[in-house]
Amino acid sequence: MSGRGAIAMNRGLIKAFAGFFYSLTGFACLLVLAMVVIVLGNILVNGLPMLSWEFLTAAPEAGMTKGGIFPAIFGTAALVLLMTIVVIPLGVATAVYLHEYTRPDSRTVNIVRLALQNLAGVPAIVFGLFGLGFFIQFVGGGLDKVLYGGRLSFAQPCILWAALTMALLTLPTVVVATEEALRAVPQSYREAVYTLGATRWQVIRRLVLPQSIGGILTGGILAVSRGAGEVAPIMFTGAAYFLPYLPKQLNDQFMELGYHIYVMTTQSPDVEATKPLLYSTVLVLLLLTFTLNFVSVIIRSQIRRRLRAS
Amino acid sequence: MPNEECRTSNPQSRARRMKTKIEARNFGVKYGDKPALRGVNLSIFANEIYGIIGPAASGKTTFLRSLNRINDLVGTVVASGQLLYDGIDVFAKDVDVSLLRRRIGMVFAVPVPLPGTIFDNLALGPRLHHTARGSDLEDRVERSLKAAYLWDEVKDRLRASVMALSGGQQQRLCLARTLALEPDVLLLDEPCSGLDPLSTGKIEEALVRLKKNYTIVLVTNNVMQASRVSDRTAFFLQGELVEVGVTSELFTKPRDKRTNEYISGRFG
Amino acid sequence: MEQAEAEKTNVSVGARPERHALYRARFHWGEAIIETAIRSSALIVIAALVLIFVFIGKEALPIFYSAEVHEEVTISSLFLPQPLAGGHQTRFVWQPVSGKPRYSILPLALGTLKVTIVALLIGIPIALGAAIFTSEFAPNVVREIIKPVIELLAGIPSVVLGFFGLMVLATVFQTAFGLTFRLNAITAGTGLALAVIPIIYTVAEDAFSAVPDSFRAGSIALGANVWQTAWKVVMPAALPGVFAACVLGFGRAIGETMIVLISSGNAATMSLDPAQSFRSFSATIAAELGEVTRGSAHYHVLFFLGVLLFVITFLTNFAGHLYVKRVREKLQGKRK
Repeated sequence: MSGRGAIAMNRGLIKAFAGFFYSLTGFACLLVLAMVVIVLGNILVNGLPMLSWEFLTAAPEAGMTKGGIFPAIFGTAALVLLMTIVVIPLGVATAVYLHEYTRPDSRTVNIVRLALQNLAGVPAIVFGLFGLGFFIQFVGGGLDKVLYGGRLSFAQPCILWAALTMALLTLPTVVVATEEALRAVPQSYREAVYTLGATRWQVIRRLVLPQSIGGILTGGILAVSRGAGEVAPIMFTGAAYFLPYLPKQLNDQFMELGYHIYVMTTQSPDVEATKPLLYSTVLVLLLLTFTLNFVSVIIRSQIRRRLRAS
Repeated sequence: MPNEECRTSNPQSRARRMKTKIEARNFGVKYGDKPALRGVNLSIFANEIYGIIGPAASGKTTFLRSLNRINDLVGTVVASGQLLYDGIDVFAKDVDVSLLRRRIGMVFAVPVPLPGTIFDNLALGPRLHHTARGSDLEDRVERSLKAAYLWDEVKDRLRASVMALSGGQQQRLCLARTLALEPDVLLLDEPCSGLDPLSTGKIEEALVRLKKNYTIVLVTNNVMQASRVSDRTAFFLQGELVEVGVTSELFTKPRDKRTNEYISGRFG
Repeated sequence: MEQAEAEKTNVSVGARPERHALYRARFHWGEAIIETAIRSSALIVIAALVLIFVFIGKEALPIFYSAEVHEEVTISSLFLPQPLAGGHQTRFVWQPVSGKPRYSILPLALGTLKVTIVALLIGIPIALGAAIFTSEFAPNVVREIIKPVIELLAGIPSVVLGFFGLMVLATVFQTAFGLTFRLNAITAGTGLALAVIPIIYTVAEDAFSAVPDSFRAGSIALGANVWQTAWKVVMPAALPGVFAACVLGFGRAIGETMIVLISSGNAATMSLDPAQSFRSFSATIAAELGEVTRGSAHYHVLFFLGVLLFVITFLTNFAGHLYVKRVREKLQGKRK
């Protein structure tokens, strides 16, 4: 075929393909939207009925078919708090090192960055194995030998090791967010403070860190959100299904929302009976992680707004 | 390599000439493999305004930034030769760079007001070095602002944010911030570029008054400014010092042809 | 020594401090301590990665040399088919808890691959399609909606996705497709796809955004329409980044635990049929680690699985990030 007819048909075909491709990719977007709506909707609809103040503040009863999940909430909060105490200083220090103390193309920096990227890709269950093999058996065993003469105290699953394992898992998140914030501080500001005779640490303490607080906070909140949701790392390092007590010491075990959901889902003798409680627990976990993520998004946009104004 | 020659006819300047504040001996700077400055030999005397003029990429900013070693922040910089401040090599191993920068203050081409209040900006220097506190600090802030001709405009809003100031005011703030350190030498890198004539005039006036107590090195793209303000002027071209002289003589009877061409605007 | 000879005028700024040994460098003690602390923190990151490998490997090592462990399992028995009791057949079986424990990892490998492939088959088209749409076709409004939605999806904990798979997807798929098993690779794969879509989308969308607008402008100027531009100009330019996105998605899918643990059925079979229950590496570790005795052969094998996972994800992530870096450098002109 040749001539105008061919061109016209060609154009028509192209237009048809364009339309087809356009709708296909648009459909993909709709699918994503639909998936999220379905998942969240299902959980919301089924979980809302049992959600109440009592549910959040009472302990579970009758084989997890009645009562509340307060211990799990408490345990999650305690875990995440311990984790934050470790991961934020460590993450901020690493980011400060990468950005303020080294030349961008130095060997060490590249290795640290590589290590960070790979740490971020390690599967959660492998972190759990590490928690078991290193923290519980090696460090805990060592501690017990040195401090308690061999008596079993720290060489077992407990909230301390679970928190440290989680801290390692969420470390890359904090480092990345902090680095982003450090990068946003203009070099001219640093030069101005150096010119006043400041030492490197003074520049960091008086200029860079105060200016980066928003980003650090964002990273911390994202880490907390992840820490509250991951289950695999804590399965063997400290989480327990039913405890008659709340964790009070570092070597206590603890209940945790995600772990609770897992056990209830897979090992409950009567799935139908625990279903309402289960759905509500899932809803609580979702609300928790989403609120945290939402807060970090707000902080991020506030920072951007402030940067644009100055 | 051209050496600076200085023939002064003024007995007062001859007396001042006896105190060399800053001396460069075969000083050079390379960024990696690229040379930016070569074989610079010059002397800057105490309590004078030493102007440095030259077209872009002439090395004048590099020279200025080497004086207080703020150029160290650039990763690839390599310096050769000597740069002496009060007889001490600025690049010597046992020189404390932060103390050096306390004595040699700098104002950049673009005003860099630090986040915070006006007072915080000025107080930062003294706070870093714990040199003034409380009412001493407030006095110092006031004196610095007065010396920079900014006091009257901001005295009622010291605790306001710096963002409310105009460009000219911000630059005077940066000058005052440097003065609050009570340094010995002032380095100014094209401080009036982009400022309105009124602010420029105020800064120039401040400099002339300040030279009684400070040694001032002023890098400027504006040849007219150099002729107005500096006692002696140096002409840099493509990384080399071409000529130095008393300003009036340099501008009327330059010895080097290139100086003449630059000053008369044949190239820029 | 220089003397202060300047007169003080009413605009002078105070007396000059005397100059003495000001230039001898003071050793800033506080600075040194802080700097050491900061440097060591950075090294902890490297140490962590090394320690992970070392300590997991340490617990897996006995498989290679311990005679005691070799009574139950050896390297060859992990990978090669073993004869059944009293039979001439050889099969791959994973049955660590039984009279005669069997530790062939092939069923687990097969299961892992099965669910990963299903997840990628579902996830890649959707994520890429959405990425192309938001980056090339859609008005900005759509992007402002989709990006937060993707972030929302990324924020859903995997245990919740597994829960959803078990509670909802399993039943839906069973009734829709008439499957025998509720929990299978399709159910788990769909849940896994949900977990993997955000990563693929984000990296791919970054790759598309990184293609300079000048490419698009040039193509349009030559008369192409938006679709032709996307297909013939942007896609090829972003292809390495898209590839990296898939590789990273693959890495994430391989290691994912909770979704598979909850909705796979946990049956170690050699079947290739996605509608059957299966078992993955990570789920095996999670399911069985709680019941092993420390030091037993089973225990060491589980750690061996951990080493396998670590190495596989390490390699895929390394490759993926290397590719992303290459793409960035290529577009910045640092590399041809």
